Amino acid sequence: MSKEIFDVAIIGAGVVGSAIARKLSSYNLKVALLEKECDVSFGVSKANSGIIHGGFHHGSEYLKSKLEVQGNRMFDRLEQELHFPFRRCGIMVAAFSVEEMKTVEQLYMNGVNNKAVGIEMCNRSRMLSLEPKLNDDVVGGLYAPAGGIIEPYRFVFSLVESALKNGVKLFTEFKVTSAEHNSNGYGIVSEDGKKIESRWVVNASGLFADEVSGIFNAEEFKITPRKGEEFLLDRNSAARTEHVIFPVPDHVSKGILVIPTVEGTTMLGPTAIPQDSKEDVSTTAINLKMVFSSARRMVPSISGRDIITSFTGLRPVLESGDFYIDVSAKQPNLIQVAGIQSPGLTAVPAIAEYVKDLLKKDGLVLTEKSSYDPTIDKLPRMRTISPVEADELIKSDPAFGEIVCRCESVSEAEIVAAVKNGHTTLDGIKFYTRAQMGRCQGGFCTDRIIKIIQRETGLSYEDITKRGKASWILEDKIGDLEVNSYGNME
Amino acid sequence: MKEIKVDTLVIGGGSAGMAAALEIAERGFSVTIAERENSMGGILNQCIHNGFGLHHFKEELSGPAYAEKFIDMVDSSKIKVFLDMTVMDIEQTTDDLTAYGLSRDNGMVKFSIKTVVFANGCRERNRGSIGTPGTRPSGIFTAGLAQRLVNMEGFIPGKECVVVGSGDIGLIMARRMTWIGSKVKAVIEIQPYPAGLTRNIVQCLNDFDIPLYLSHVVGEIHGRDRVESIDVIPLENGVEQKDKSFNIKCDSLLLAVGLVPDNELAQKIGITINPETNGPVVNRQLMTGQNGIFACGNVLHVHDLVDFVTEESERCGRYVADYLDNKKPADQYKTTPGKNVKYLVPNYYSPKEDNKFYLRTMIVKNRAELVVKVNGKEITRKKLNHIQPSEMISFSIPGGKVENISELHNNILEVQIV
Repeated sequence: MSKEIFDVAIIGAGVVGSAIARKLSSYNLKVALLEKECDVSFGVSKANSGIIHGGFHHGSEYLKSKLEVQGNRMFDRLEQELHFPFRRCGIMVAAFSVEEMKTVEQLYMNGVNNKAVGIEMCNRSRMLSLEPKLNDDVVGGLYAPAGGIIEPYRFVFSLVESALKNGVKLFTEFKVTSAEHNSNGYGIVSEDGKKIESRWVVNASGLFADEVSGIFNAEEFKITPRKGEEFLLDRNSAARTEHVIFPVPDHVSKGILVIPTVEGTTMLGPTAIPQDSKEDVSTTAINLKMVFSSARRMVPSISGRDIITSFTGLRPVLESGDFYIDVSAKQPNLIQVAGIQSPGLTAVPAIAEYVKDLLKKDGLVLTEKSSYDPTIDKLPRMRTISPVEADELIKSDPAFGEIVCRCESVSEAEIVAAVKNGHTTLDGIKFYTRAQMGRCQGGFCTDRIIKIIQRETGLSYEDITKRGKASWILEDKIGDLEVNSYGNME
Repeated sequence: MKEIKVDTLVIGGGSAGMAAALEIAERGFSVTIAERENSMGGILNQCIHNGFGLHHFKEELSGPAYAEKFIDMVDSSKIKVFLDMTVMDIEQTTDDLTAYGLSRDNGMVKFSIKTVVFANGCRERNRGSIGTPGTRPSGIFTAGLAQRLVNMEGFIPGKECVVVGSGDIGLIMARRMTWIGSKVKAVIEIQPYPAGLTRNIVQCLNDFDIPLYLSHVVGEIHGRDRVESIDVIPLENGVEQKDKSFNIKCDSLLLAVGLVPDNELAQKIGITINPETNGPVVNRQLMTGQNGIFACGNVLHVHDLVDFVTEESERCGRYVADYLDNKKPADQYKTTPGKNVKYLVPNYYSPKEDNKFYLRTMIVKNRAELVVKVNGKEITRKKLNHIQPSEMISFSIPGGKVENISELHNNILEVQIV
């Protein structure tokens, strides 16, 4: 394996690890990003709801509140540099009783104390004029214009692309199973015997942060997965709202939301059910019904006919309910970044800064890298460009003229770009390009994407998977007909 | 940007698009077909089984053979065909239509046109449409995708599979999977009766001892990476009997759970969609709510047989030519599905002209009758030997048959199944 000694090894290439890696790539450091799956963003981050929160859900005593508000403000600049889909569509909380309005008042005070930008209390008519699709039984609510929506996996892909451009090394299929402290720092060994050495380690391993902490003989804590089931509606759904709509939260979660995703579909969810398994991402019939009735209470035009798919994500929850981001008190040169559940995505740019400061405090020398380039190239998307622009683009690369995914209008050139960026599974390509993410769910384009992956990578059909490991797509090839000695075909 | 002026742009070069284009060209108008695949024929190209053409050609053909007959006719006509072209957008001003077609070889092409025919078919309903719970492993295919992987690409998508849905596509794929050496462990059907043709039940399932579970649903899918098994739940009077559920080990699931007209582009430009068919609302001439924009074939409503698609599309082509000829249509009134009728196409009729209708019923019945009424008065009645929702019904009303048109009434033509 790699002979070089890294300054920092980050375990986990979800949104947290990737943002930290990118931040550190702006300094003169050797950084390794380790991921157990075959692609980045394949854990907690892939099933994120994609909300950039408005800074009012939690009191200012929480670390997560502070980082949420800081992180929120950093997204405009990040979007300029990294070109992920992002829009400040605003967030609304809809109350349906006088009792619920009391909670809304508390949320408003949270927002004021957290210095959330532009937050306001709304009466019924203000709510309905902002969002005519709301159930007109609404009593009032809250409006946070600084809240928004983002494509979470595209954000991670952009962060990683930027990090790699600035020298970070990514090791996928590197599941950390043991570690030893030595004179250089740590020797970190993967399940299949690969080894890297690093002076510092950042534990950003999401659902598995407790187990990774155990591997390093560091703090004992327990991550409890909290299941969230979500349903995705067709982009033609009449129920698509302008704003993200929250119900009034209870003490467990922020409730079932109606989310107009940044790419035009509408998402309903997530549920919030604690479970033991870190693997179980199944959906259930009973929760489907629950999600629909909850969402329909806020937006009555939601229809089951518009469902195109459902999926489940797991949030990594600590008992404290807050983030745990600190220098390990038990082991040297180890930073713990655990319990990053909602509003983790919003907080992530601020988490990266915070971790950078912790590393500095812990003795890591940071000098800015003169060659650091915060921007990555913007890949054109056929779905969003004008006919004239499309025509010009095809002159430079004819593959833009070949629409592979008809539902989301994704061209072959975009799929090739995904493969060249290292996304060689069907899910990786789906998250990077949106191909297979529309209403036909890959019914028309799966075979074409398989062919493009094979052509671009030289992989055999049996190595094409949905998301690595044993998730292969094709079982076998039909044998050629052979003519036996009697002249009959067998 | 390349600009092309043409009378009609036909979107889709499958059975519907080719039939419509040929009729329009026959009448001397300029027609262009935009087809997104690299050959014409549409879904027929992967339907290598037989059973096509009995009505239209009076002979039994395979899908590709049926398509080939039309491709040959298009090739020897003046119709211009763009292959590998996706129509991205349509713009309509007061008297002009513009369409944008994208392709590798031609870049973005701007079509200035007088008429558009939507003939771009349907798509398969999938797991999301039926809301099957469970994990999300690989090995779940819509039947059409599996058919394409087998028949066009030569792959075996699964070795031990379960087919969901007993429509003809599901039955044909059950047999096809068996022929390529895979074990089909079950066909699961939610209804108490099979959705496909009886001959397909016999030839595709019974001949291969494939069990058909009527009144059963897939309760849950198991497997982290690849499908490992499914739970099957029996229904009694439509209610899931969870205590009687059983598990079937399999590595793949083929979903043949229905088809839906693919109408995103039509919806984008504001064409009214009939929620019962998911196709556009059309008048007697199969013209949508927007002038000069027509629809035929599976994009209008999903047909059982390609022969019916051809019939409807040829008619559509003639209507388009009439429109281009500035032939003024006679007065039209609404049609409406009555008792036991799921939908009726088209949504308007003309008392003075011949009218052809397609409809689907909501009931299963032997010796049923189709009754047509206008203003409460029975116009005609037709005996039907056996009806079921999966089998499309057609009937005609000749011009002059409806005599009780009156300004005092709404003159709506209502169709009932009794």
